[in-house]
Amino acid sequence: MSKVKPGSTITPKPGVGLNTWLIVGLLFFTVPIVSAALFSVQVGDGTYTLTAYSRMITDPGLSAALWLSTKLVFMTVGIVLLLMVPTVTWLHIRAQKAKRTVEFITLLPLIIPPVVTALGLLSSMPSFLKDSPYLLGFAYGALTMPYTYRALDAGLNSIDVRTLVDAGRGLGASWKQVLSSVIAPNIKSAIFGAIFLAVALVLGEFVVSSLLIWNTLPVWMALVGMSDAEGAVAISVMSLLFVWLLLMVLSLLDGSRKVKINVGGV
Amino acid sequence: MSLAKQGSLVELSNLVRRFGEVTALDGLNLTIQPGELVALLGPSGCGKTTALRLLAGLDLADSGKVIVDGKDLTSVPASQRDMGMVFQAYSLFPNMTAVENVSFGLKVRGVDTETRLKKANELLELVGLTTQANRYSHQMSGGQQQRVALARALAIEPKVLLLDEPLSALDAKVRTQLRDEIRRIQIEVGTTTLFVTHDQEEAMAMADRVGVMSHGKLEQIDRPNIVYSNPTSAFVASFVGAMNRIPAKLDAGKVSVLGQSVKHGGGASGSDLVALIRPESISVSVAKTSSANTGSVLARSFLGPQTRLTVTTSETKTSIHVDLPSSEAGAFAPGTTVGLKIETDSLLTDHHGKN
Repeated sequence: MSKVKPGSTITPKPGVGLNTWLIVGLLFFTVPIVSAALFSVQVGDGTYTLTAYSRMITDPGLSAALWLSTKLVFMTVGIVLLLMVPTVTWLHIRAQKAKRTVEFITLLPLIIPPVVTALGLLSSMPSFLKDSPYLLGFAYGALTMPYTYRALDAGLNSIDVRTLVDAGRGLGASWKQVLSSVIAPNIKSAIFGAIFLAVALVLGEFVVSSLLIWNTLPVWMALVGMSDAEGAVAISVMSLLFVWLLLMVLSLLDGSRKVKINVGGV
Repeated sequence: MSLAKQGSLVELSNLVRRFGEVTALDGLNLTIQPGELVALLGPSGCGKTTALRLLAGLDLADSGKVIVDGKDLTSVPASQRDMGMVFQAYSLFPNMTAVENVSFGLKVRGVDTETRLKKANELLELVGLTTQANRYSHQMSGGQQQRVALARALAIEPKVLLLDEPLSALDAKVRTQLRDEIRRIQIEVGTTTLFVTHDQEEAMAMADRVGVMSHGKLEQIDRPNIVYSNPTSAFVASFVGAMNRIPAKLDAGKVSVLGQSVKHGGGASGSDLVALIRPESISVSVAKTSSANTGSVLARSFLGPQTRLTVTTSETKTSIHVDLPSSEAGAFAPGTTVGLKIETDSLLTDHHGKN
């Protein structure tokens, strides 16, 4: 053990290790994206072109797949807002003991293979729903549960839900008013987080939608990729940019965080 | 101020509330007169907050009735009871400014913007927070938040104002200032108020009547001075104010303690007894010899206008607290032998070892 001279100070070494890990992490995420972007614009002789992008944008299959995925996004987000937010809030106020059971239930979509989920839906749902893409919406609502539940639960843990609900109810607000005016605005970040996760899942889910034979954006991209690799990668890059854009919009919407000011006195 | 003087008659009749095996309220009966401030005082788990929540409608009784102005509200939901409540925890809506918080109750009642803002600003003026109207809860101190919460509760012109330990999260100085302010506003507005606290000083200072609760029941309810000076049970006597528990004997209807005989004022009977005597009900004098009513000063604690002596008796070896004016305490240094005299006409007794 080295001796420290009396009166000297010990200065911590700069965080070389941390910086290295940050660079490695950054490369891990950026290299595949940059490579994909380069692949989508590079042609055989080393020149660059946006042909793959224009080819994909003008493909009639894209608009149909995009429209279907957009409808499913809205449906899934609707399920998150109308079903998950009130349910998780209710668990926090009135059914704390049921939280562990519900937590386990929300994990089931991660445990049950998507193939089993798809086959289960096909064998159990009424035929009018099997013929409708909305069946897929319900499936996505369930598949997003592991993520949306935890996002909302974390948001509700950060506020005193019970006191706020009691205060709102005591002042004459209905349950609907309490949820929309008191609870939702105070877990805005969590709700945006849950929405983002739901959107990301819908725009990336392949197995269930392909087994249920619906041409969603990921399924269409996979089909295109079989005959046009550059085109499929171009669409992937575009969808990635779209998700980033969405994340930035959600961050901006949630950007009204206030600076904490502590004031003394009565 | 446009708030009209108001006050409702509140009757809680035989309220019972159980949580599994635990009986939180065991047949509570309480009547609060219009405009009166009643404080419910008691140790943790005695049922005082449960009583308040049942009155607010935030919880439902297993049996019994909640009647306000003759109307049975037992099964009416909280949102339709017209009761203003201030909570122990800071309960301002974090997404709203002070003025938005105060006007929230009026907004959900469909009051137009101009009227509700006018009223909210009047109430903020009443609680002295006009300049904080546009601040969010995280930009205010705890005391300011509770004052906004009080204004918010009063904005709906409630039939009853419910205060659930609203001062317990505040520091001592702010607590004293705010309790005086709450009382001033309550008198000014005239709303019937139920105040729940475990702080007896707060209850005594603010309430018209103090109810002491134990195990879901009301042990005694009366004016603060009566509860303090004439407790009807050993529990009330021990819970409210400081109390000495000195070994005693019951002899022909008199309590024999510290070599003196005093009239038995009630409580336990039998052989294994303790007498309950307040520190200010015992006087001391310097003694030259030891006897049944003498002891030695163990410690002398300066408490401002009063000084508390801790005296160990020579016979029972019990530690007894004696309060005397600080101006007279100079003669009683630790180690001094003192004579003890009981300065009360009657004494309550309790079973030995029972607190």
